[in-house]
Amino acid sequence: MRKISFPRIGNYEVPFRYFIKNVFNAETVTPPANTKRTLELGSMHSPDFVCAPFKYIMGNYMEALDMGADTLIQFGGPCRLGYYGELHEQILRDMGYEFTMINLAEINMKNPKSVWEIIKSYNENLTIETLVKTLLVAVAMVEKMDELEIYIRRNIGFETEPGTFEQLYNVFLADIEHVESKKELKQLCAYHTKKIKNVKTDLPKNLLKVGIIGEYYTIMEPFSNHFLEKELAAMKIYVTRNMNISSTVFHRRVPKILKKVQHYVRYDIGATGVDTINAALNFAKRDYDGLIHVKSFGCMPEIDAMTILQNISQDYEIPILYFSFDTQTSETGVQTRLEAFQDMIYMRKGKR
Amino acid sequence: MKIGIPKAFLYYRYGYLWETFFRELGFEIVLSPDTNKAIIQSGTNHSIDESCLSSKIYLGHVEWLIGKCDYILIPRVATYAKDQIVCSKLWSAYDVVQNIFRDRDIKILDYNIDYAKNKTEFMAFLKMGRRLRKKRFSILRAYFMAKQAEKMMGERHLQEQNELLNKSDDLKILIISHSYNINDRYIGQPVLNYLRALDCTPIIAEIVERRAATLKAKEISPTLKWSYNQELLGALELYKKDVDGIILLTTFPCGPDSLVNEIIIRRTKDKPIISLVVDEHDGTAGMETRIESFVDIIRFKQKGVPGCEK
Repeated sequence: MRKISFPRIGNYEVPFRYFIKNVFNAETVTPPANTKRTLELGSMHSPDFVCAPFKYIMGNYMEALDMGADTLIQFGGPCRLGYYGELHEQILRDMGYEFTMINLAEINMKNPKSVWEIIKSYNENLTIETLVKTLLVAVAMVEKMDELEIYIRRNIGFETEPGTFEQLYNVFLADIEHVESKKELKQLCAYHTKKIKNVKTDLPKNLLKVGIIGEYYTIMEPFSNHFLEKELAAMKIYVTRNMNISSTVFHRRVPKILKKVQHYVRYDIGATGVDTINAALNFAKRDYDGLIHVKSFGCMPEIDAMTILQNISQDYEIPILYFSFDTQTSETGVQTRLEAFQDMIYMRKGKR
Repeated sequence: MKIGIPKAFLYYRYGYLWETFFRELGFEIVLSPDTNKAIIQSGTNHSIDESCLSSKIYLGHVEWLIGKCDYILIPRVATYAKDQIVCSKLWSAYDVVQNIFRDRDIKILDYNIDYAKNKTEFMAFLKMGRRLRKKRFSILRAYFMAKQAEKMMGERHLQEQNELLNKSDDLKILIISHSYNINDRYIGQPVLNYLRALDCTPIIAEIVERRAATLKAKEISPTLKWSYNQELLGALELYKKDVDGIILLTTFPCGPDSLVNEIIIRRTKDKPIISLVVDEHDGTAGMETRIESFVDIIRFKQKGVPGCEK
């Protein structure tokens, strides 16, 4: 039986495992959550000024192969991500690893027949019915996770009994991984959602609200952003971040976004740059006290988005804190800047 | 009316096309000067720190043109085919300039090339001509004249390069670098001059039969999507057998090059290769030593100097 592994990002290993198990009829090897070791391993074997996600994923692959994985998946993406897989494979082979690479960037997604043939080549017994069913459940899983995570992110700083949200959410994740059908998933979700939404919280009246925007790997993978959201929650800040797999992969409509940001941008500026601008505008128009922009060093579409964010910040008088994470970012540096930012938005709120 | 053209980025690919097109339509052209210290300084001041040097230089050229012309030409180029893209700096050039210089009252002349969305160059130029209030017939005429000029210049450059490849007995060094880097006064020119001073013949990868190079690149690296990098990678394959060494010349921190250069280094086993990265602080200083020792090693190897055998 194949042992398939995949890159870590947020909590998405749950739907990834579900999908791989059912579609490829294979075992999964989940690489350990990202740590300093992952990053060090990855950086050691990556080109110098490639963006940090490349280095994290490199580390994930190495750790997974050392754990016994024999097949790796790379999902591809609209920016440099789309070329990651080929170079990862090359570097790993040069290092002497032996494995099969399933690089989705090689597959022409607009041609369903070729997609089907490629998937089928990894699992002869697969039926179209199973594929469609699994896909629907996995998508529903991701959507539900994203929905719940948005709710938890906003409220976790204010739970009356610290740790409740995290514990309930982990139970939810453990439960949904073993569902058989979409119906079962729906029931489970309803049950857990109710439980999570019933957690007692104590939101103060004069709430500090911060929106998080930025490049999609760094924003979704908590280790790569130094657990920014957790830090903010500990500072009693209401945190909103709407970028996730649902909003960037399943429900992304560029023309619609471009219409919303037309006052600042005429063309799609690449990858999810316009999504960042749109999110910033949405937060700025509502009652948010500040924005935090995160990205990995050198992310080009986000750098371009920053020039536009500066104008939005000026026009709507909303402060924006910019973080650019690379492999050498200091923990204390992040902490200090966050505290200063919190003080600043707190004082501004007092003045208003 | 005066049209300002920044002498950076796509100028080195479309210069002849633009200049002929606007001249034929009766416009005066204001071209920014070769990149100099002042332009780099102003570009850096207007950029986000982490932007690549090439895009900083571009902004410096745009800034130079402000107030010296009626329109500044800033095209947006996204794709040349359904399965290709170009660097996102060219997707965003128009919007970035618009946002950075929004208080400076500039008028931008833009056009959009995005073949994946059926926005062709022909339609783009037609639209641009209409915006400049020219008659359809004169626009068509100017465009075809411009295409002719572009084609002729392209062929001439190719021919010159072929002569270099066949004739010269000097050491031939292939330079893999984007057109806007190799032709830039600050980035590529010093390297070219220095190679010539060492009695080497630089071969420029960017001057290549583009279609053939792109096809070749697809064989070598199937998931490579950046059009300009495909051309360079294909050129490497086409020219490799005729050169003695390869220089990868890039600006810090170029996104596509950060990955593609690594692939090139890992997949080119049979030729000496070095990678040179230029940023705005050091420029090409310090590179002379590296180029010199690179050339020395190739010569030693060819002479079979002990310790440097092939």
